[in-house]
Amino acid sequence: MSTTKEERVKNPEKFDFKTEENSVFKMEKGLSKEIVMEISRQKNEPQWMLEYRLKALEIFYSKPMPKWGGDMSGIDFENIHYYLKPSEKSERTWDEVPDEIKTTFDRLGIPEAERKFLAGVGAQFESEMVYHNLHESLTAKGVIFEGTDEALKKYPELFKQYFATIIPAHDNKFAALNSAVWSGGSFIYIPKGVHIELPLQAYFRINAQNMGQFERTLIIADEGSSVHYIEGCTAPTYSSSSLHSAVVEIIVKKGAKVQYTTIQNWSNNIYNLVTKRAKAEEDATMFWLDCNLGSKLTMKYPAVYLVGARAKAEILSIALAGKGQHQDAGAKVIHAAVDTTSTITSKSISKGGGRTSYRGLVKIHKGAKGSKSRVVCDALLLDKESRSDTYPTMQIDENDSAIAHEATVAKISEEQLFYLMSRGFSESEAATMLVNGFIEPIVKILPMEYAVEMNRLIEMEMEGSIG
Amino acid sequence: MVENLLDIQNLQVEVEGKKILQDLSLQIKSGEIHAVMGPNGSGKSTLCNALMGHPKYAVVSGDALLNGESLITLSPDKRAQKGLFLAFQYPKEVPGVTFGNFLRLASNNLKRANSPEFAAIGPAQYFKVAAEHMSELQMDKKFVGRSLNMGFSGGEKKRAEIVQMLALEPKIALLDEIDSGLDVDALKTVAEGIQKAYEKLGMGVLLITHYQRILNYIKPDFVHIMIDGRIVKSGDASLVLEIEKEGYAKYLTKK
Repeated sequence: MSTTKEERVKNPEKFDFKTEENSVFKMEKGLSKEIVMEISRQKNEPQWMLEYRLKALEIFYSKPMPKWGGDMSGIDFENIHYYLKPSEKSERTWDEVPDEIKTTFDRLGIPEAERKFLAGVGAQFESEMVYHNLHESLTAKGVIFEGTDEALKKYPELFKQYFATIIPAHDNKFAALNSAVWSGGSFIYIPKGVHIELPLQAYFRINAQNMGQFERTLIIADEGSSVHYIEGCTAPTYSSSSLHSAVVEIIVKKGAKVQYTTIQNWSNNIYNLVTKRAKAEEDATMFWLDCNLGSKLTMKYPAVYLVGARAKAEILSIALAGKGQHQDAGAKVIHAAVDTTSTITSKSISKGGGRTSYRGLVKIHKGAKGSKSRVVCDALLLDKESRSDTYPTMQIDENDSAIAHEATVAKISEEQLFYLMSRGFSESEAATMLVNGFIEPIVKILPMEYAVEMNRLIEMEMEGSIG
Repeated sequence: MVENLLDIQNLQVEVEGKKILQDLSLQIKSGEIHAVMGPNGSGKSTLCNALMGHPKYAVVSGDALLNGESLITLSPDKRAQKGLFLAFQYPKEVPGVTFGNFLRLASNNLKRANSPEFAAIGPAQYFKVAAEHMSELQMDKKFVGRSLNMGFSGGEKKRAEIVQMLALEPKIALLDEIDSGLDVDALKTVAEGIQKAYEKLGMGVLLITHYQRILNYIKPDFVHIMIDGRIVKSGDASLVLEIEKEGYAKYLTKK
C-alpha cells in the first residue's frame, strides 16, 4: 500500500471527500419511539436492550438542554439520522469489505502497512463496525476486540454485566440520547494478567450528511492487565450541522492499566458532545490522552472515578479552537479512596477568534486520606480576538489531602516571531513552531506516528492563520 | 570566494514615530569586519534590527542592498534566505523546540530555500554537524536536547547564537552586542568562535559593541563611531585605542 499516514496528513484535500452513500438501509430523519424500536429490531437485539433504549429515550426527553458549556442552539434533533447501516453485516477480513468502503479507507490511508504496527484494527464506517481484524495471538490470549453490536450478540453475559455501569442513561442528556440510539463502537475485554504491547486502534468517521454518530465503547481491563486504545478521527467537511455524541466506559480493575488516546479532527460543523468515564480500582491506573481539533463545539471532560486505594488518574489534553469554534474541554476526577493520585494537564490554543475553555472538577471525598491532585492549565492565545477561560472546581472534603492548581495564559509575541523569522522561517512556520513547542510536552507521549500526525495537523491549522 | 556586498545607503529609520537612524551609509564586503561603536542610545541596535527587518523599525528613506538587491521590502525570513544573519543581543526563548532540532530545521530550511533540490539532512546525521559547531563554542553536546535558549545562562545564549551562525553560514553577519553580559572567559570563547566562523565562512561582519575588549580578540578592518543615529567618524583599528583612552566625549560635543 502506498499511502502513508504522513502523506495523508500532508495532503489535507484528501480529507475532504465523501464516497457516494450506498447504505443498504437508511432511516428517516428525526427521533421517536418507533425509530428506536426499529434500530433495535434491525440489530436483532435482546429484549433487555430494547427496553434499556426506550427508557433512555424517555430520560432524554425529560432532561432539559444543559445551560452551561457551549452554544448548542444549532442542534436540531429532528434533522438528524439516528441510524445508518452501510452494509448487511460486519466483515471479518479485509477482502470481504465492500469496495466502496475500501475506497474510503484507502483515501483515508488506513493501509496494510499499519497492520504491522497495530495489533488489531476496528474501523467504524458510519454506524456499524464493518471491518474487524484481531491479531491471532491476541485471540489466543482470550482478548476480545469486537464491534459493540457484535459483542452484544457473542458475549451477552459479559456485555450485560458491564454495559452502562459507569455511565448510566440518566447521567446527562447526551448520554441518554446515546443510550437510546447507540450503534457501533468498540468492545474490548482484556483477561487477567494479559498485557497488550501494541496499541489497539479504531477509526471513526462520519460520512453521511446530517448523520449523528452515537458509538458506544466499553473497555474492561481485568486484574493486572494493560492495554492502550487509540481512536483517531477525521471527518469530511459538510455544509449542514451534524452531531457526534459518543459514550465511552472503561473499567480498570485491580492493578490494571488503561491508556485511551484520542486524536480528533472533526469538520467545523460538528457538535462533538461526548461522555467518557473510567472507574479505577485498587492500584489501577487510568490515563486519558485527548487531542481535540476541529468541530463547531466540543464538550468533553474525560473522567476517572478513583474507587480503590492507590488508584491513579492522569488526564492530558490538547485543544485547538479556530474561527467559529469552541472547545469546552477538561477533566473530572473523583477521589473516593485512600492514597489516590491524579494529574490533570490541559493545553489550549485559541486563534482567529476561537474560544477554548478548561472546565474541570476535582473532588476528594471525606476519608480519601493521603490523596493528591495536581492541575495545570496552560493557554496560548494567537491573537487579540481569541479567547480562553478556565473554570476549575475543587471540592475537598478531606483535610488529609494535597491539591495544587496552576494556570497560565501566554501570547505569541512579535519578538519571538521575529527571532524565528530571522533564521529563515516564514511567519506561519514560526508560529507553527511556537504552537508545536507549546504542546510538545503532551505530543512527545504520543506514539511517534501520531506525534507526527498531530504536528502536521497543527501545521495545517496554522497555514495562513497569521499575518 | 564570491564577493558579497551589503550596501547601506542613506538609511533613515523610525521606531514608533521617533527617528533613530539619520542618513546612515555603510558598505560591508565579504571578509571585512566592521566594528560599530557608540554610547547607549546611539542607534546601534536599531541598525541591526532595521537591517534584519523587525516590523517595529520602519525605514522612512534610503535603502539597504545585498548584492544589488534591496532588502527593505523583504520579510525577515527572506532576508535570512539571502544570506543575512543577526546574532541577537537578547535571544528569545522557545519552549518545546530543542536546540538540536532547531539548528537542523533552520539549516535545512535555508538550504532548501536557495536550492530546491537540496535533500534535507536527517536528525542522526545532523547531530554530528551540530556537535561539531557546538564544540567550536565549547558548548556541551547535551544542549542539543534542551529547548532553545530556555534556562540558558547569558553566556550560553550568546554561544548558541554563534552556533546558529555557524549552522546557517551567512554572507553577512550582524552581531548585536554579542559581548554584553559575558565574563572574561565566556567573552574569549565567543570571540574565538566568531573568529573561527569568520575564517571558515569569510563572511562580512558588522560587529556592534560598547566596549573595546572584544576587539582584543577580533581585529576589525574598519571602526565606525556612531552618535545619535549617524556615523560621525570612520577609521581603522587604531580608532579603538583612541576611544579607549578618550571615550566618546569629543564626538558627543561635536553635535
